[in-house]
Amino acid sequence: MITFHEVSKQYNSLAALADVSLEIADSEFVFLVGPTGAGKSTLLKLIIREELPTAGQVFVDGLEVSSLPSSHVPQLRRRVGTIFQDFKLLPQRTVFENIAFPLEILGLSDEEIKKTTKDILELVGLEDKSHHFPSQLSGGEAQRTAIARAFVLRPEIILADEPTGNLDAASAWEIMKLLGRLNNLGTVVIMATHNMDISSSLPHRKVEMQKGRIVRDSKQKGTKSHEAGKKSKEK
Amino acid sequence: MRNLTRLLKIAATRIARNPYHALAAFLVMFLTFFVAGAFVLVSLGSNILLSYFESRPAVSAFLKDGTSAEKVKKIQEDLAATGVVSKTSYISKEEALKIYKERNKNEQLLTEFVTPEILPASIEVSTYKLEDLSKVADTLKNAPVVEEVIFQKNIVETLTSWTRTLRNVGGGVVAFLLVTTFLITLIVIGLNISLHQDEIEIMRLVGATSGYIRAPFIFEGVFYGLFSAVAATTFLWLIFALATPSLQRIFAGIPILPASPVIFGYLLIGEVLVGAAIGVVGSLVATRRYLNI
Repeated sequence: MITFHEVSKQYNSLAALADVSLEIADSEFVFLVGPTGAGKSTLLKLIIREELPTAGQVFVDGLEVSSLPSSHVPQLRRRVGTIFQDFKLLPQRTVFENIAFPLEILGLSDEEIKKTTKDILELVGLEDKSHHFPSQLSGGEAQRTAIARAFVLRPEIILADEPTGNLDAASAWEIMKLLGRLNNLGTVVIMATHNMDISSSLPHRKVEMQKGRIVRDSKQKGTKSHEAGKKSKEK
Repeated sequence: MRNLTRLLKIAATRIARNPYHALAAFLVMFLTFFVAGAFVLVSLGSNILLSYFESRPAVSAFLKDGTSAEKVKKIQEDLAATGVVSKTSYISKEEALKIYKERNKNEQLLTEFVTPEILPASIEVSTYKLEDLSKVADTLKNAPVVEEVIFQKNIVETLTSWTRTLRNVGGGVVAFLLVTTFLITLIVIGLNISLHQDEIEIMRLVGATSGYIRAPFIFEGVFYGLFSAVAATTFLWLIFALATPSLQRIFAGIPILPASPVIFGYLLIGEVLVGAAIGVVGSLVATRRYLNI
């Protein structure tokens, strides 16, 4: 689904990513772990073309992202939902309106928007908060609203940049459950996190980054699927 | 169409949330369109006034009592022979009394004791060109039957000079105000763009096209232009309507008032078009300059 081929990203003299190659399959859940400045957020930004690589190529579902004409970038972003540590909700809009925002941009009718948004509100368990404003929500509820907005267009990929960073442990696990549910529906989830408790407690693939490089990938080293693949090749 | 309604709603909400920005833009545009409209009206009025004076018999020669019809005819033929005269007309004593009574019909005291004998007969002469008035006046002054000559050269010259000055000064002021208005629109839209950076970022992330992100700012500029143009023209029309009775007394006899509503219609259309254009261009420049999408 997503391929990074020898990708580097340079900010002046600083190398945010150096020669990164990575393959992420359909329906995969991947943790990007590593300290601040490791290049996790840059990697996510390259997928939605918030940034362009200095070298190498990024492919999303076979499309080379960096060579996409600017006019096609909105279509790419509609296929990739994004979630952030600071939620990025519109404070003057209610939960319902925040979630409906991407549907409005698509030009759907009011009835379609109402129905789709209701379904998503149900999925994230916020039916009773639909008329609340972000300032009236707890951190967990705000993040669930952000997830609902990211998922309302039913994207194939969800990028989550430190989604549990501002949350207490209970809320963080709620968010993880929700992301797991979206992954079970077939959505690729790539989550950048510092939270080792969460990433080490879950059986998903972990890609560890340091100073812009991938230093460990659980799929490449010691994972069952990797070993099985190796044995079948040897036979 | 659905998106257009939504984009207009976004623009209206942004205007409502930043009323001071909106008011600043509206007032500057209002002032510009009010001054521009007033300048256009005064310009039109002075042109009508000028045409009126230019088309009126420009030289009046009062004749001595007892001047025979043959002598009057001779003067008219001499004037026609100059080739510069467009029209001559003879006003007899009786006709002069009739005109006098018509002009002063509301002032009984002024008309009561006036008889044809008191008023002189006259010849009124129009020329094709203003500069020929002096020549005609000199010809008439030299005629032995002419008692006195009066002509409106000074009025026309002064009016021409005023109109020219008005065009230059008014044009300059309006141009200055238009540039100011354009810059204010640009600044206000630029400020609103910085105020809505978060919303713009979210729009980009959820897949809004650059047109969708830009459109509410363009509409905002157009709103300012349209509303201020309509308000300024309406205000101008109100002032003009209130001032018309007084102005009619000042310009009595000159067909300048009341001004036709068609003039205000054209003025409204012109100002709305200019307002919308300034709004569109100002906000386009602002979005190109301040919006990184």
